[in-house]
Amino acid sequence: MTPNETPPACPAQEQQAECLVPPASADPAASAPKTTRRDFLKAGGTLSLSSLMGAGALMAQSDDAHAAAEWAEHFQKNYRLMTDAEKAEARVRLERRYSQEYGKPVTVDTTGPQPGVLMGYALNIRKCIGCRRCVHACVEENNQSRGKRPGEKIEWIQVLRMERGKFEQGKMDHGYPEGLGIQVGGNAYTPAGQVLEGQYHYNPEKVPEQDATYMPIACMQCEKPPCVKVCPVRTTYREADGPVVIDYNWCIGCRMCMGACPYWARRINLTNPVLPKEEMNPVTHYLGNRPRMRGVVEKCHWCLQRTRHDRYPACVEVCPVGARKFGNLLDPESEVSKILERKNVFRLKAELNTFPKFFYFYD
Amino acid sequence: MQQLISFTSDYTRYVLKGGTKFYAWMGSLAVLIVGMMYVFYLQNTDGLIVTGMTSQIHDGLYFANLVFLVGVAAGAVTIVFPAYAYHHEGMHKVAVLGEMLAISAVIMVTMFVFAHMGRPDRLWHMLPIIGIYNFPHSMLGWDVLVLTGYLILNAICGFYYLWVKYTGGEINRKWFMPLVWVAIVWALSIHTVTAFLISTMPARPMWFHSMMPIRFIATAFAAGPCLIILAFLIIRNNTKFWVDDSAIRLLTTIVTWCLGIALFLTMSEIVVEFYARTEHANGLYYLMFGLHGLTNLVPWFWGAVILMIASFVLFLMPSIRNNFKLLPIPCVMAFAGIWIEKGMGLIVPGFIPTPIGEVTEYYPTFVEWLLTLGIWAFGFFILTILLKGAIGILQGEIKYGAAK
Repeated sequence: MTPNETPPACPAQEQQAECLVPPASADPAASAPKTTRRDFLKAGGTLSLSSLMGAGALMAQSDDAHAAAEWAEHFQKNYRLMTDAEKAEARVRLERRYSQEYGKPVTVDTTGPQPGVLMGYALNIRKCIGCRRCVHACVEENNQSRGKRPGEKIEWIQVLRMERGKFEQGKMDHGYPEGLGIQVGGNAYTPAGQVLEGQYHYNPEKVPEQDATYMPIACMQCEKPPCVKVCPVRTTYREADGPVVIDYNWCIGCRMCMGACPYWARRINLTNPVLPKEEMNPVTHYLGNRPRMRGVVEKCHWCLQRTRHDRYPACVEVCPVGARKFGNLLDPESEVSKILERKNVFRLKAELNTFPKFFYFYD
Repeated sequence: MQQLISFTSDYTRYVLKGGTKFYAWMGSLAVLIVGMMYVFYLQNTDGLIVTGMTSQIHDGLYFANLVFLVGVAAGAVTIVFPAYAYHHEGMHKVAVLGEMLAISAVIMVTMFVFAHMGRPDRLWHMLPIIGIYNFPHSMLGWDVLVLTGYLILNAICGFYYLWVKYTGGEINRKWFMPLVWVAIVWALSIHTVTAFLISTMPARPMWFHSMMPIRFIATAFAAGPCLIILAFLIIRNNTKFWVDDSAIRLLTTIVTWCLGIALFLTMSEIVVEFYARTEHANGLYYLMFGLHGLTNLVPWFWGAVILMIASFVLFLMPSIRNNFKLLPIPCVMAFAGIWIEKGMGLIVPGFIPTPIGEVTEYYPTFVEWLLTLGIWAFGFFILTILLKGAIGILQGEIKYGAAK
């Protein structure tokens, strides 16, 4: 598509926008949508409303795609409620804006969930060597902010480094409470095997370190996500194929979801994300890695731009030891299903009943 | 209609006229308000990065003040309830002033909501019909509902009362009294829901306990009346309007009891958390003693404890609580103590450590302090106008037909 065309304000443009509906959907129901007269009328009404907004932008004498797109973005609906035509329109608008902003052709995918797919993830905690290649691959793939100031640097995956710890002969008489001998407990340990008391700011010469184990953590894509429940505007929701996603254009930045998440998976864009043009990944998904804006929350979405097209998430692809596994939970032949069937698996903070679709296992 | 126009114009003319003291007070508030508008502009062009908030500690001074002020708004019921339920003479005379306080407090809360949001320009996303209102799932949705309702209820009750006084008519008790009763129960609901807002998150163990609502209400009914007592004493000394001793005495009693209950609840929490000393007590431990060498909030916490206990003792002493020259001292102490305990002392340690065990600290920036101060200034600006107008009407200085 050419970035210099007028915004979709006239019927002819809308026709063109219709054509841009991605053919990628494998869902037979989605590829041949049944249009009732009522739906048609509804679509007509909303289209004319958005046309009006487009016209408003034109009347403002703005030939800048950025300004026009931003103006229209202010009035667009929640992604989930958009008709296919509106989605296509939003897609065109965003593609135009991003292409201009980043100086290269950017695509915004709107492929929906595929039928018969429920995504799942499994991580072999025994294999992880703490190299954090997944963290960096994720940042590059998903267009996270990478500035210098604190708050401008966003990483969705945290690799926690945990002390191995030990019990010591020399501390046999160290008691608890401290200094009083053994009263109600002993103190012969250094923290060992504690989950979630780790550090992710570690900088060793080599990994893996002898005295440490590693525990990567990111969004667990819960089946009962507390973040979705607390969202006052339903901008974050569980997609039909599993991942919990965010419509960045609908988020009001209240940060309730960040408070509700027991895995600290969510990040707030404190300022306009720092995303250098040459480092920007132009293959994006609307609910996934498209560039975010100031004041909205973001998080891992299992690389929707890849996984909806039968590719692995970036972290799975980059992991040098093969600790990360991803697949379709509904397919008994998938790696993830096999792991669930044969290995000892556990979920983080299972007592909170969030039912993550992210499993840890060990050989 | 003509009455309404003359009400508006009489009211406006009355509240705009005042002595040097009045103009100096309003002028200094206006300076702070202008400062607030500037930093609000900064925050919405540069983003929340100009604040001390991070992805780890993402609720700070704004949210703390929001929580505290919801309590102040609810605290107005300590006047309205005795006035209408117990037909307390002294209170009945000033009930409308309590409603005016509630209105200004809710306005401040709304402004803190705006300050807190990352995208205040998208607030309309929350409105039913044109946006999506996640009801009944979202506790924040409930909070918006009860706060808006409370604002409307108080505005109707308060201004209807003033309107009747102004026109010299009779109050239509058929609908006024039910509305007053609804407003009284509603006052409890606003603070209960605000407590649920943070106490329904298992991800934040420090907040995850069912004691939160009652503790919120106890502290609210201590802090709210403290502010009201101060306002009443100022009104007595600076206007012709006389607030009865009995009203102030009753408020002092309410403050004392509620402060005692609040202290008791704090003590219970400390015992329960520290006896077992699980990881879930880390937040409280950070607040009281610091964690991993980070002790930012420790002096604040102990300061608040000292202020609250000392003011409680002072309130118990008849020579202090009955001496209206000394009474402001424990009132200010209790108000400040609760502001710390329920604001920064409650919100910030909820994020320390984070759910994945990370310990960081929060330093409010100049922008946050100025914005906070400016919103308080705006609240007091509104409160001054509302109280002045209400007193003018109660005194009969604004009256229909009097100007002609």
